[in-house]
Formats: sequence, structure tokens, C-alpha cells
Amino acid sequence: MRVFAKLTGVELRLFLREPMLVFWTLAFPSLLVIILGCIPAFREPSPGLGGLRVIDLYVAIAIVLVLATLGLQGTSLVLATYRERGILRRLATTPARPAALLGAQLVMSLLTAIVSVVLVLVIGRLVFDVALPRQAAGFVVAFLGAAGATFAIGLLIAALAPSGKAANTIGTLLFFPTMFFAGLWTPREVFPDWLQRISDFTPLGAGERALQEAMSGHWPGWGSLAVLAAYMLVFGVAAARLFRWE
Amino acid sequence: MTAITVDRLQKSYGDTVAVREVSFAVDRGEIFGILGPNGAGKTTTVECIAGLRTPDGGAITVLGREPRDTALRRLVGVQLQESELPEKLTVREALELYATFYPEPVEWQRLADDLGLTGKLRTRFGKLSGGQKQRLSIALALIGGPKIAILDELTTGLDPQARRDTWELVESVRDRGVTVLLVTHFMAEAERLCDRVALIDAGRVVALDTPAGLIAQVSAEQRIRFRPSRPIEDALLTDLPEVREVRRRGTQLEVIGDGNVLHAVTATLAAHQIIANDLRVEQASLDDAFVRLTGRGIDGVGN
Repeated sequence: MRVFAKLTGVELRLFLREPMLVFWTLAFPSLLVIILGCIPAFREPSPGLGGLRVIDLYVAIAIVLVLATLGLQGTSLVLATYRERGILRRLATTPARPAALLGAQLVMSLLTAIVSVVLVLVIGRLVFDVALPRQAAGFVVAFLGAAGATFAIGLLIAALAPSGKAANTIGTLLFFPTMFFAGLWTPREVFPDWLQRISDFTPLGAGERALQEAMSGHWPGWGSLAVLAAYMLVFGVAAARLFRWE
Repeated sequence: MTAITVDRLQKSYGDTVAVREVSFAVDRGEIFGILGPNGAGKTTTVECIAGLRTPDGGAITVLGREPRDTALRRLVGVQLQESELPEKLTVREALELYATFYPEPVEWQRLADDLGLTGKLRTRFGKLSGGQKQRLSIALALIGGPKIAILDELTTGLDPQARRDTWELVESVRDRGVTVLLVTHFMAEAERLCDRVALIDAGRVVALDTPAGLIAQVSAEQRIRFRPSRPIEDALLTDLPEVREVRRRGTQLEVIGDGNVLHAVTATLAAHQIIANDLRVEQASLDDAFVRLTGRGIDGVGN
């Protein structure tokens, strides 16, 4: 346990030494909420959104953005680089198993995600009066489900990518379509029905939907949670099977 | 007592045979060298011993256990080629982190001092020179206070001074009772450090002996050169049973012989009150032995 705590601490320090990663995961999601909130029309209730404001939707979208950046791009890049550079191999010769480093990296990512999500929620609440999740337990479940699904996909990328660079490319290629379905460019709520149906089955689309439901006081729909669980299971098992330490 | 036994080890990657048949035993407390040209199968052999690869055939025991036995991870320190650390991890953080992996780590400050890393503790791994990275790598292999240290090409990339310092460190590690398995393609390193050497070529052990024994296998010949303080007859020396041949080059004499030729020649000269000026003794080196045993130089150049 001491080793795991130490590894997690070291991973956290290394994360904080990557200014770009810190910006995109800790600062950018909150900045996005601030920038969009500055557009007056986005602060007006819209009948098309069932009386919600655009800014209300973007808090959940920003939370999904945190997870996508960390899971698809951060973790996969770090782990694939660790393998490429023989860091996992060196660890395999010590009493600390390389799996511990993998776990430490995931715990570190989860902690970072929590900090960033709290920032987004607090800024949304204080600056733009976006209500905190009314269904708190449901929100935590939706958050953990979405985190599990994105991190499992990130792990599979790390398992398949031959190098850190390749992992980064794959992660970036996946980032844009998955974030599209989460509504980063146009909120899901204004998607045509057929597109919304597709989005419901994508990891970040299902994640956004579950978070949005919890934000507005409902328990996240079992359909969305089942989709997230399925991604976590399928990608997680595939990653565990295919991950090579060297 | 045996620290490591390797019995008819075989390992292939696809169609490429890396290790054809390698057997040897390493005694406790010795520095055992695996010497051979690049691609001979040295690294594959030590990776099997370190439990990083599964052999296709043969058996290995390390301290009486299977190489994959997790209990060995505390007892065996490994320094591998091409194993890096995160770019932005500092030397101090790396040492502290690796010290927490072991139940009874050695004091990392002293280890850093022994390896000349004290001035670099706050430097990030990515900013270290090749030699400094190598020394940190050695420090991490020793930090757990291992019973066996496996060091793969430990002085590659070091400058001559750093290389000599590292050799002293390896000797001091052995003096603490640690068995050292050293992989190298530097003749001078093997000759200086190793108690015994296994010469590996094309996946096989071609010879296994002390460095001196290997040299003696190929040549017991010695050449002595000197300028006598006054002219002497050849017969004075050729009459000695140890002397095979005497050649003259101007005022210089070259005496070729075996065994105790040096002692025989100097004793005779002393008896005749002749001083041997500019005395030089040339012996076959491990290099020569290597060329004879494998039919080519260590760098793969045909001979």
C-alpha cells in the first residue's frame, strides 16, 4: 500500500510537470464553461431545451470533456510511453509489479478528474447559477460509469499502440467523434432524433446523458448506465488481455 | 554454493534463434562475465535469468528458485539495456521511489555518493548525460541490497574515467558479498573484473574459464623485449628450457617462450650482471583468445 501511495504521488508530480496536460484537463473545461456563459443568449431559458439554458447543458458536457481528455489522451499516452521506453520492464524486475504503476496512473487520473469536475461545478454554480446535481448519488454513479468507460478505452489504446506517439494519434482521432456525440459542438438535446439514438450508444454520449439526468434531479437511466458498463467491461477485458508490458 | 544455474537454455524469436544452447553455473560471491559480440544471445540469456522471458527449452535456477518466482524480485537487482525512466522524474525521486519497493533498501544517499550522482539529485532524468543515466540505472539495481546483481552492458556510453569508477563500484559490491552477473562486450572490462567468463557466440558457450585460463587455452606464449646493458650471446638465453626463440632488432632483444620464461630470463641476466633496460612483457590478451575461439573479432570483423 505504501508503494502504491508512493507511485501515485510520483505520477501526480509528473502530471503536474506537463503544463499542456494540466491546462487541457484542469483549466480548459472550466474556461469553456466561462467562455460559453459569457454569451448572453446561452444564459436565456430556451423552450427548445425544455426550459433549460444552454449553459446548464454545458456543465455536464465539460465534465465529459475532462474524462475524455484524461482517459483517451492522457492515460493512454503516458502508459504507451512507459512501455515504449522500458519503464514497465524495469519495474517488472523489482518487487513492485508494473500493474501497480498502471493502477497508480488510473487513480491519479481519477483524482485529477474529480478536482476538475468540482471546479466546473463550482464555477457553474457561483458564476452562472447552474444548480449543483440534484440527484447527488446518481451523479456520482454516472460520473464513475463514464470515467470507467473512457479509462477502459484509454487502456485498450495503450495496449494496442506500439508507441506513445501512436497512442496519442489514436486517442486524438477517437476524441473528436466521441466528443461530437457528447455534444461538445452542438448539445445532444438539439440533435435530430436518429442522431440522438446513435449518440445514446456511444461512450461519451451515454455518459453525458447520464450526467445530465443526474444534474436535473433524476436517477440516470438504466439504459445509459448499461451502455457505460458494457464499454467498461468489453474494453477493460480486451485491454487486460492484450496489454503487453514490453 | 551456486547462485545461478543455466542448463541447456534455448530461446528463439520466430525463426531467429537467439540462444541455441547455453549452460553455466555462477558461484555465490563471484563476478561472472558473459562475454560475446552483439547478437550472440547474451541479453536474451540474462533476460531469461531475470524472469523477463520464458525459455523455449532448458532449465534455470536462481538462488534455488524458478526465475519467475516473485520472491526473487527482492533478491536480484537488474540493470537492463534500454530501460529508461520518465523524462521529468528527478534522480532523487527515482532513488526514493525505488527504495520504497524493497523491504531493506540500502541508504540511497550513500549509493548516490558512490556513483557520483550527489550533485545531480535535483536533475530530471531527461536532462542527464548518457553516463549519468547509466549510473542511475546501476544505483536502482543495487538499491534493494540484492544478493545477485545482473548488470547488462553497464559501462556502455561511459567515458574512460567513469568506466573505471564503475568497475571499482562493481568490485566493492562484490566485496559486500553480492554475486554479480555481468554482460559485456568489452574485453578489458571482462579481464579486469570477472572471476570467470563464459564466452558466448551465435547462441552457444564456446568457452568458460577464468580470463587468465581463457588466454592460456589459446596461447601460453610470452614475449619479452629489452635492451641488454652489454652485448650478449643468443646461446646464453636459448640454452634455457623455457626459451623457444631469440630475435634481434638492432640493440633490442626479443625473447619468446612460455611458462616461467620471464623469471628464467631475468635470473640468468642477473647472474651475469646484465641489466635489462626498457623491459617489456607482452602476453596474449583476452582479445586474442576471443579471436582464436570464435574465428573473428568481438566486433564481428572476420579474421
